[in-house]
Amino acid sequence: MKNNQENKHVYWNPYYGGFLLGIIIIFTFYITGRGLGASGAMKSSVVTLVDTVAPTHAENNAYYKTFINEEDSPMNTWLVYEALGVLIGAFLSGGLNGRISWRIQHSPKITSKRRLVFALIGGVLFGLGAQIARGCTSGAALSGMAVLSTGGFITMLAIFGTAYLTAYFFRKNWI
Amino acid sequence: MGPLIPNHLIPLEWNNIIAIIIGIAFGFVLEASGFSSSRKLAGVFYGYDFAVLKVFFTAAVVSVIGIYYMDYLGYLDITQLYVHPTYLWAAIIGGAIMGVGFVAGGFCPGTSLCAVAIGKLDAWIYVFGILIGIFIFSELYNFIEPLFNGDFLGNITLIDTFNWNPYWFIFIFSIIAIIAFAVADFVQKKVKKVFY
Repeated sequence: MKNNQENKHVYWNPYYGGFLLGIIIIFTFYITGRGLGASGAMKSSVVTLVDTVAPTHAENNAYYKTFINEEDSPMNTWLVYEALGVLIGAFLSGGLNGRISWRIQHSPKITSKRRLVFALIGGVLFGLGAQIARGCTSGAALSGMAVLSTGGFITMLAIFGTAYLTAYFFRKNWI
Repeated sequence: MGPLIPNHLIPLEWNNIIAIIIGIAFGFVLEASGFSSSRKLAGVFYGYDFAVLKVFFTAAVVSVIGIYYMDYLGYLDITQLYVHPTYLWAAIIGGAIMGVGFVAGGFCPGTSLCAVAIGKLDAWIYVFGILIGIFIFSELYNFIEPLFNGDFLGNITLIDTFNWNPYWFIFIFSIIAIIAFAVADFVQKKVKKVFY
């Protein structure tokens, strides 16, 4: 654990992690016929929240309406259970490696406040984009690529292409 | 023959339990690979840490080889799998917006959940932002709908689009991955180290 002196976080070899992630995707398709996801659970949360606070508004909106069902809560979906699992799994891994603590992680060159503002902006954009593209890096790009979906490849290229193109403008936050 | 649940080889009641188990494995692997750290994730865009490229590309190659191999051996019927649909401009514009969000926030939704689980407050704010983003999309749905539902090309794969042989494509795709890994290591050596 010598590396701990320089860099507090010692992580798995990326090829090992990637291999296991690939196995999980194969297993998921083999069992359920579908891929993984992450933003789906957040969409269900928003639909549930709006439906609870303003039920008539939710029913009059063409987008919310598609996810609202008289008999069942929009939270009772596969992706919500999977997202709960992600939280548990990450908590286990973080716990086993002593990485659990309340903190704001940011480059020493910027303030916590700046980090939080950019995190919020990034979240809003990602949430919006993931709805337009019908999935995020997990649901559209990763699970799409596993079955060679054309849309999955396009979304993956668009995400990473734009991120590289705009990285220059955000460099102060990271390097 | 798989997929097991759609073919009723596993009762539907197990679906949500399996979802939690798969989620736990997914979250564990992401966190253990360092994806709960926005500074590690952002490294891929500045060349100081290529973990995202390596994990993501390895996972894509392993999964596509595994799925096609299981289909070849007759354990899995690939035609029954859900193929992410292609809405051309929605995929491009949605992806482009996500790309900016990725560099600005340093997470994607799955990785932000991992960071939320280990107490990163920036990830809590990021997830809050995602909820706002989804809310904005839903409220502006009538305005965005033509883009969202336009240019629908079907649930197509690259094999349908370009009429390629899947096995040759997967072989070339794997070679591209290996070249990308070599280039990444080369670039990382040239770039100034960042500790986080």
